[in-house]
Amino acid sequence: MAIIRFGDWPELRNPWAEFERLRQGLDRLSGGYRAGEAPFGRATVFPALNVYEDQDTVTVKAELPGVDAKDLTISLEGDTLTIKGKREAKQEEEKLSYHRREIESGSFSRAVNLPIKVDPEKVTARLTNGILTITMEKAAEVRPRQVNVITE
Amino acid sequence: MSDQELKVQHKQEVQHRGETTKPEKYFIPAVDIYESDADVTVIAEMPGVAATGVDVTLEDDVLTIRGRKEGEELSHARVLLQEYETGSYQRRFTVAETIDQNNIKASMNNGMLKVVLPKAAPAKPRKIEVKVE
Repeated sequence: MAIIRFGDWPELRNPWAEFERLRQGLDRLSGGYRAGEAPFGRATVFPALNVYEDQDTVTVKAELPGVDAKDLTISLEGDTLTIKGKREAKQEEEKLSYHRREIESGSFSRAVNLPIKVDPEKVTARLTNGILTITMEKAAEVRPRQVNVITE
Repeated sequence: MSDQELKVQHKQEVQHRGETTKPEKYFIPAVDIYESDADVTVIAEMPGVAATGVDVTLEDDVLTIRGRKEGEELSHARVLLQEYETGSYQRRFTVAETIDQNNIKASMNNGMLKVVLPKAAPAKPRKIEVKVE
């Protein structure tokens, strides 16, 4: 006869455990189909990016609090935009005792493939309040061109 | 300097905040808290918050930091990829030490809020003598 520990039977410990598990699963499912919201991806490489498109420009935004502009390197190679940088660790002073440490320091490098061809000569990057905004102008050949209709 | 690679920290929304009149999202900022002999320092990550949007209060030993994100309107822009959400930040802490309330300093730099809470001089113990009559 198999010996089963009492604690291995969740229904003995908590008869509602199975229902709770089901409910959580359903919550997760319904959370995935929020109507009317933008496609929401989960970044796995730091930093998380938001990419917007305008009529003439493509804008890439990233939240980089505590990163100095001089520590950032942004390069564009073909359609691949690379953001590299590092966040410096604070100077470790003596006699400091930490209560919480949630802000990490270290380096990062992220490459993203742009869905639209951009003009490599017309790229600007700004860092304001910890948000990096890279604005790139679309290449002339992919820009929508208005066609005038001539009446005869 | 560390060679550690940074990982993505997904934002957590503030729970049990009560309903707001505006459909706003509030996130919990990541913080560092350290203490020296003279003060307690709180550093919070609040990207997108300008110095004018920060609100720091200390009431009944509860420190509240709040950062309102500046409205950025990307009108006519189409979202191609969204990996992070934007919103305001809020977090509360109970401060154990006695703080000199008049000398709290807060500064904002590159999306990082720094609040320095100087410790108040320890109250001198007052000895009460009992007279025998």
